[in-house]
Amino acid sequence: MRIGLVAAMIVAAVVMLVPTYFGAKPDGWPGFLPAPIRLGLDLQGGTHLVYTVDVDKAIENHLERAADELKTDAKNEQIGLSSVSVQNEIITAQLSDPAKKDALEKVISDHFPNLSIETDSSEGVVRARMTKVTIRDIRESALDQSLEIMRNRVDQFGVAEPIVQREGDRDILVQLPGIQDPERAKALIGKTALLEFKLVPKDASAAGAVTMPLHDRDAVTGRVTRSEIKVEPRTLMTGDAISNARPRPPTATQGAHVEFELNPRGAKIFEELTGNNVGRQLAIILDGVVQSAPRINDRISERGIITGNFELKEARDLALVLRTGALPAPVHPAEERTVGPSLGKDSIRQGVLSFVVGGSLVVVFMLVYYKGAGVIADSALVLNVLFSLAALAALGATLTLPGIAGIVLTLGMAVDANVLINERIREELRLGKTARAAIDAGYKRALPAILDSNTTTFLSGIILFQFGSGPVKGFAVTLCIGIATSLFTAVVGTRVVYDYLLSQRRLQTVSV
Amino acid sequence: MELIKPGTNFDFVGIRYYAVIVSTILNLAVVLFLIARGGPNYGVDFSGGTVMQVKFKTPPSVSDVRGALASAEFGDVTIQDFGAAGEFLIRLPMTGEETAKAAVQITDSLSSKFGQGQVEVLRVESVGPRVGSDLRRKAILAVCFSTMMMASYIWLRFQWRFGVGAAVALVHDVLITLGALVVMHYEIDLTIVAALLTVVGYSVHDTVIVSDRIRENMRKSRRESMAQIINSSINETLSRTILTSGTALLVTLALYFLGGSVINGFAFALVIGFITGTYSSIFIASPIVLAFERAPAGRGKR
Repeated sequence: MRIGLVAAMIVAAVVMLVPTYFGAKPDGWPGFLPAPIRLGLDLQGGTHLVYTVDVDKAIENHLERAADELKTDAKNEQIGLSSVSVQNEIITAQLSDPAKKDALEKVISDHFPNLSIETDSSEGVVRARMTKVTIRDIRESALDQSLEIMRNRVDQFGVAEPIVQREGDRDILVQLPGIQDPERAKALIGKTALLEFKLVPKDASAAGAVTMPLHDRDAVTGRVTRSEIKVEPRTLMTGDAISNARPRPPTATQGAHVEFELNPRGAKIFEELTGNNVGRQLAIILDGVVQSAPRINDRISERGIITGNFELKEARDLALVLRTGALPAPVHPAEERTVGPSLGKDSIRQGVLSFVVGGSLVVVFMLVYYKGAGVIADSALVLNVLFSLAALAALGATLTLPGIAGIVLTLGMAVDANVLINERIREELRLGKTARAAIDAGYKRALPAILDSNTTTFLSGIILFQFGSGPVKGFAVTLCIGIATSLFTAVVGTRVVYDYLLSQRRLQTVSV
Repeated sequence: MELIKPGTNFDFVGIRYYAVIVSTILNLAVVLFLIARGGPNYGVDFSGGTVMQVKFKTPPSVSDVRGALASAEFGDVTIQDFGAAGEFLIRLPMTGEETAKAAVQITDSLSSKFGQGQVEVLRVESVGPRVGSDLRRKAILAVCFSTMMMASYIWLRFQWRFGVGAAVALVHDVLITLGALVVMHYEIDLTIVAALLTVVGYSVHDTVIVSDRIRENMRKSRRESMAQIINSSINETLSRTILTSGTALLVTLALYFLGGSVINGFAFALVIGFITGTYSSIFIASPIVLAFERAPAGRGKR
């Protein structure tokens, strides 16, 4: 019965590990069986990034938009506002005529369900606070949208088996295994990519115009110069209106550029915008930097181009971020870990070396010390490693360098159960018991200590798993798996051998 | 083969006062040392900042590398030899967007000084200050929480005095390991904390084995004094203790010498932690069990 169980497990473990041995699933391998053991970023090289989404900025953007709308609505109702400002989730409106306070409050309560009016005694001032529910919704949707957009960017960038997921209430984790150019990936994934179209004033000294940086590159030498340009403050169209974008190679007259198509709504706005302003310059602004400010020659509706004397690679990346859309709020890198492929290879080599050397030392040690029982304990060790690796594959867990260390460590600690049993058997033999009685008593007496001691180590492994990230989690996983498999192999596996020897071979003496 | 002959009876309980004195002094020294230098050296995981591991084809000296970077403005840069020949760890104070620029600049400065293709960036790790303090808080929580969990488990399975003994023993082991790490100039990072938690697990594991035997012998013989029971229990498990810590040490030493620079500190912490974990089960946990025995027993006799 027990023999059957152990044999079945060995067969199952070997089957689990076949894909790992060949590096991929063999042809015709059943789909439900696990893929090869996944290697952590520290072993295969790659980049681990954690971005913090600046949700406060998203809230501020919403409030500013609401403040703009409030200005328009107040104007329509003929309520004069001398100033409207936004600070700490509150919009403060200063009335030109204090008598219209009630009228303005009515506008706010009728048109802006997301704002609640604060009681304020000061003359001619209305304060409205964004409601808690709205703020929570904005935070959530900013995170979800950022996650979705970043995932699209990673997918379009083309990385095998990336991970993009939320972490906590403001972070997004991005893992890019085996990536060659982490700098470029980072620039792409973390870019806000807010595209805005604003008119350049006819007269540079026009009132209200704001100064913005202008990015310029010499088409021949590639030298980047930064100058400044004046634009009108009003944003006429944003990147939302873009339905598709693709890079275009350089031509005789201009560098690489990006061609974009607009969605129907955008096309309508753009047609009106260009039609009304023929002859004027239209600034195309990406994340607060003017890329180019071409002159509007004609009415345009569905498509346009963005030039800026880009390099082709830049044009490709810009097209990608325009296709995937702008992030609803800026993101800032909070954590970044990049491991080059050669360090990963070194780590695997060194990990395997210490595994082989450490393992052999333990095996030899057990043989010398326990002779016959040592052979049994050593086979339990080999089974333990086999089962551990199979469990890693079956659980789809990731093997990291500390994970390898965990396996090496369980080799050293897994013998403990065998040592406890063997020492007990020796004690019982000294008391003059027969082989069978000594073995029975040895297993029985050693069991409580084995269970209690392994439970504590297992508990510390679980805490480690909860606490750790990446490589440390990998260590916790192999440690816990190792404890579980070593318990099984030492307590059930070796017992099978003794049972066989006792019943079939009529074992009279124990070599321990 | 037998390392410990049956019937061996070292007087462990007899020398417990010396052991407790030595351990107390060592622990106090570690605590004072840590207070005096304002905590251990934290790696970037906990302090925030950026660390780059670079490798040169032809190994230059640390001062050569420092010279190459002195001209550029990177603020407070530290450079140290790391593991294999020609590998260096460059630590920078900046994080976030600045990191990318700094990493490129450093690679450029090094290539222009030592020649193109001479320098390879093996690894860049950059942790922002918020994540750093977050991780530090979580690490301390994890160590405290696991200590409490271990103590309560032992309390449940044995008696409360065994739980106290195990808890004191593992605090002792974590402190000694931490002290050894600081003295050897290892930076405390995530993998070191993983090692410390493993030491916690191992220390209790070892204490459980001795405690289990004490419990068993307490049931068997009611005539012997507690001191005698504890002493014979330690002696009976001595062979196992030496064997298991021996194999555990063998593998951790293999990791320490062969595992490579990335897990060097991790392996070192395990080596020290396993040694003190074994020691503390015999010389710290058991005497505490004994100390708590005396008081109620004495009262009973009167």
